Amino acid sequence: MTTTLPSYDEVVERYEPVIGLETHVELGTRTKMFCGCPTDFGGAPNTRVCPVCLGLPGSLPAANAAAVEATIRIGLALNCSIASWCRFARKNYFYPDIPKNFQISQDDEPLCFDGYLDVDVEGEVVRVGIERVHLEEDTGKTLHVGGAAGRIHGATESLVDYNRAGIPLVEIVTKPVVGTGALAPAVARAYVTELRDVIRSLGVSDVRMEEGSLRCDVNTSLMPVGAEQWGTRTETKNVNSLRSVERAVRSEMLRQATVLDVGGKIIQETRHFHEDTGDTTSGRSKEEATDYRYFPDPDLGPIAPDPAWVAELKESLPELPRLRRKRLQQAWELSDFDMQSIVNAGALDLIEQTVAAGATPAAARKWWLGELSRRANEAGIELADVGATPGQVAELQSLVEAGKLSDKLARVVLEGVLNGEGSPTQVMTARGLEVVSDVGALTAAVDEAIAANPDIVESIRSGRLAAAGALVGAVMKSTRGQADAKAVRELILSRLGVEG
Amino acid sequence: MAAISREEVAHLARLSRIAVTEEELEMLADQLDVILQAVARIGEVDVADIPPTSHAVPMNNVLREDVVTPCLTPAEALAGAPDVEDDRFRVPRILQEEV
Amino acid sequence: MADLTKMTAVEVAALVASGEASAVEVTQAHLDRIAAVEDRVHAFLHVDAEGAIEAARAVDSQRAAGDQLGLLAGVPVAVKDSFATRGLPTTCGSRMLEGWRPPYDATIVDRLRAAGMVLIGKTNMDEFAMGSSTEFSAFGPTYNPWDLNRSPGGSGGGSAAALAAYEAPLAIGSDTGGSVRQPGAVTGTVGAKPTYGGISRYGLVAFSSSLDTPGPAARTVLDTALLHAAIGGHDPRDSTSIPSALPPLVEAARQGAGGDLSGVRLGLVTEFDSDGIEPGVRSAFREAVDALVKLGAEVVEISCPHFPHALPAYYLIAPAEASSNLARLDGVRFGLRVGDDGSRSMEEVMSLTRDAGFGPEVKRRILLGTYALSSGRYDAYYGHAQKIRTLIMRDFASAFEQADVLLSPTTPSVAFPLGARTEDPQQMHLADLFTVPTNLYGGPAISVPCGLSEGLPVGLQVMAPTMADDRMYRVAAAVEAAVGPLNPPAL
Repeated sequence: MTTTLPSYDEVVERYEPVIGLETHVELGTRTKMFCGCPTDFGGAPNTRVCPVCLGLPGSLPAANAAAVEATIRIGLALNCSIASWCRFARKNYFYPDIPKNFQISQDDEPLCFDGYLDVDVEGEVVRVGIERVHLEEDTGKTLHVGGAAGRIHGATESLVDYNRAGIPLVEIVTKPVVGTGALAPAVARAYVTELRDVIRSLGVSDVRMEEGSLRCDVNTSLMPVGAEQWGTRTETKNVNSLRSVERAVRSEMLRQATVLDVGGKIIQETRHFHEDTGDTTSGRSKEEATDYRYFPDPDLGPIAPDPAWVAELKESLPELPRLRRKRLQQAWELSDFDMQSIVNAGALDLIEQTVAAGATPAAARKWWLGELSRRANEAGIELADVGATPGQVAELQSLVEAGKLSDKLARVVLEGVLNGEGSPTQVMTARGLEVVSDVGALTAAVDEAIAANPDIVESIRSGRLAAAGALVGAVMKSTRGQADAKAVRELILSRLGVEG
Repeated sequence: MAAISREEVAHLARLSRIAVTEEELEMLADQLDVILQAVARIGEVDVADIPPTSHAVPMNNVLREDVVTPCLTPAEALAGAPDVEDDRFRVPRILQEEV
Repeated sequence: MADLTKMTAVEVAALVASGEASAVEVTQAHLDRIAAVEDRVHAFLHVDAEGAIEAARAVDSQRAAGDQLGLLAGVPVAVKDSFATRGLPTTCGSRMLEGWRPPYDATIVDRLRAAGMVLIGKTNMDEFAMGSSTEFSAFGPTYNPWDLNRSPGGSGGGSAAALAAYEAPLAIGSDTGGSVRQPGAVTGTVGAKPTYGGISRYGLVAFSSSLDTPGPAARTVLDTALLHAAIGGHDPRDSTSIPSALPPLVEAARQGAGGDLSGVRLGLVTEFDSDGIEPGVRSAFREAVDALVKLGAEVVEISCPHFPHALPAYYLIAPAEASSNLARLDGVRFGLRVGDDGSRSMEEVMSLTRDAGFGPEVKRRILLGTYALSSGRYDAYYGHAQKIRTLIMRDFASAFEQADVLLSPTTPSVAFPLGARTEDPQQMHLADLFTVPTNLYGGPAISVPCGLSEGLPVGLQVMAPTMADDRMYRVAAAVEAAVGPLNPPAL
């Protein structure tokens, strides 16, 4: 029997998706959540460990104040209420990457709760509810040996490194997102993007999905359009890029619709997303339902943030990305589309700083989205790493506006700046690229060209002004391109007594 | 009536990762039954409106400054391990996926 | 010179300080005593003769160099095997940790060493401190020096027996439901459970984190107070450690020894007055109370209506926390691993390891605790027990409005014969009937010898309000002064 798979359009015609996202963010504190081991990346195995994060008998946790503060700041940025009193809880389960065989987390008393994050999706504002933001500890890293490509399946043994064990981890859980219809995958992506930007703006994590400092699990369910009872949800793990967030939701919607269409039932399960195929596959089902036996951790006292301190933290939050974008878009007089291009190119900060250094928004945008984006793309690097600073770009632009560089020469100077030859002014001077503005020298070159080209001069005098271009070219050639073409043309016409 | 069945005890043993033998299971079920019946008496105490106590001495906001302290050397960290490979703790193949 | 092993810690320290005896001589005398009696007592799981002599030498050279010595410098101390000791075996009386040598010292061990005390060895205990007789040690029981056919109590029977057998003048235990006090009572020695948070738990292998309290023990109240003062006080590595100075413990002990208790109100808990108390224990306790009245104290009868629920609440809270605390014993990072033959999965190996490594009492409590925390049962068991705990704390608060301290026998019976209770967990648990309430409350309590019953020691328990450990020492020292020391028979 063959079944025709429904198209995405057909799926959203018949079903309403409900999505939910659980995001884990590793905080960029200096030390781990419950001990003084450093959190820096890339150490040799088991070199960032102590009795506490190895879970040695007798050791005790001591909570990191900076992690608590960072979590509260994230909560405030997500418009959450901050708990007046809450406790850490132990989540009990056996797994070799979790040294104590319980994770210190928070159960029904999260540090922050009941907030929201507004995201822009295709011109609409979607308000994603935030259920909770809580603090916990990360696990160690397990290397599966003997199977295919480091997968657990087929492995003959596993090797554990606890360097990452105990890194502070903030879990951000959304409320179910209902009513977004066909936009659900885009909403999921926009939410994670916005969340990443918010957290980055707070400076509490480097939020790099590739490095695992931001990780996302996506819950998806479908219900028939018009139904009130939500469908059974699946939880998709291993979603490691923004693009994958969108693809995972879409793929899971299609898969569930295919099952539901033929009267099948969705099983509540964990699924794994595969970057290569864009599909999800079922995780192995557990032999027994998990029972985490949460209870308040007796080793750690309650956290009761002082409301005045929380108010202070709220007061000192940086401008949040979405509001900042709105403000700059208005100030720079840009369309939604143009603003989106800037954001997508990762040029917002760069342009803002270039403007602050004196360039006009239009010029700054032209440089960063034009020449510099092109070079970054060619080199396959982030725009911010292209090699020019906003200050240099502003300086370059000021040379153009002062008439010292033509656009073409400015690009040559930029080349020099990117080569590390110095500031735009230094490059211009060193390479002798400054536009010839000495009227005497320029007049001599013009007169030379007039004398050498009597035919063209005749043609111009007879009214064919376009023929002046040939004389301009000759002058540019003799000045090695350093003359201002417009000025040269005016000078030629005036020397010939022709009205331009 | 027994307060706890053999099957429940077997379930608890699996949750606790203890591979009890049949014989042990039998004995543990009987003993746990006696203990549970005894401790279940606390259910008779009316605790409506009584808050639970999780900490003997209540102290809020006991927090540590974010300051690095010395780590163990890998040799110290791995010294007590039953099995080590490439400076990592070696364990047999894992059946269950990560949680 | 008089027998160095028969002296109090205060006397020994004075000899070392004055140079009349070297710390090495003191240590060697105790090592010789251990060698002479240990095959009959089995107080120790590990004797660190080499380390002890080395530590003693360091004290002697400090003295020679004219350095200021600590109050207990050069005094040997026996430490319960539940405390992490760097490079020294730390087994908690379990096969699970056989051969494990921690890469770090517990805070109290740090402080012992810093104070110049000589760590002479690690003492026997019920496996992971679960038991009241030291018979649940995986390495064989400890024998009560008063009668080698009897138990020295538990879980810290090793530390108490080491004191009673003159193998050490000072010892450290850990008290979760009475594990320092009850062994103290049945061996005729002194054992204290300080205020929870008054002595750091960092490095104490956790049994029940909200109840565990490291405790000092000795043959006299003053020695106990001195040891307490040396190892106690705030420790940032233990987040439940109280960030304030200890009350003046040693001064209080000296004051109590002066024998004046005028105006002190002694509370007797009505609910403790049960038929379960052996007649000899009851009369020794009564006589001691009468002696205190002669010193000027008043007696008040106080009802603590929820105390009868303390034991069942304890047997839910402690196993629940233990089930989580002992989860880390999985054969991955340290300790025993069983069945890893290349064919078995990690899950199987872990389960076989835990079955082979844990003894029956530990398994019982892990399963019981897992049950009390499990989904759907939390509220009726663990949650309910925590509310009972609140009621017991309220009972204490109200009792301490009527009395300065509460008194009781430490345990309902004298030392029981070995093997008498191992088959009946319920009977074993009864030994903790009077000691468990203070663990639930958090305040300090001490057991001090108050007489003999049928030739065996009886202990009197003094309970005081949280952070009033000084008051506890004052009254205990008065008991000691009134009753006089009990001299354990020569072995």
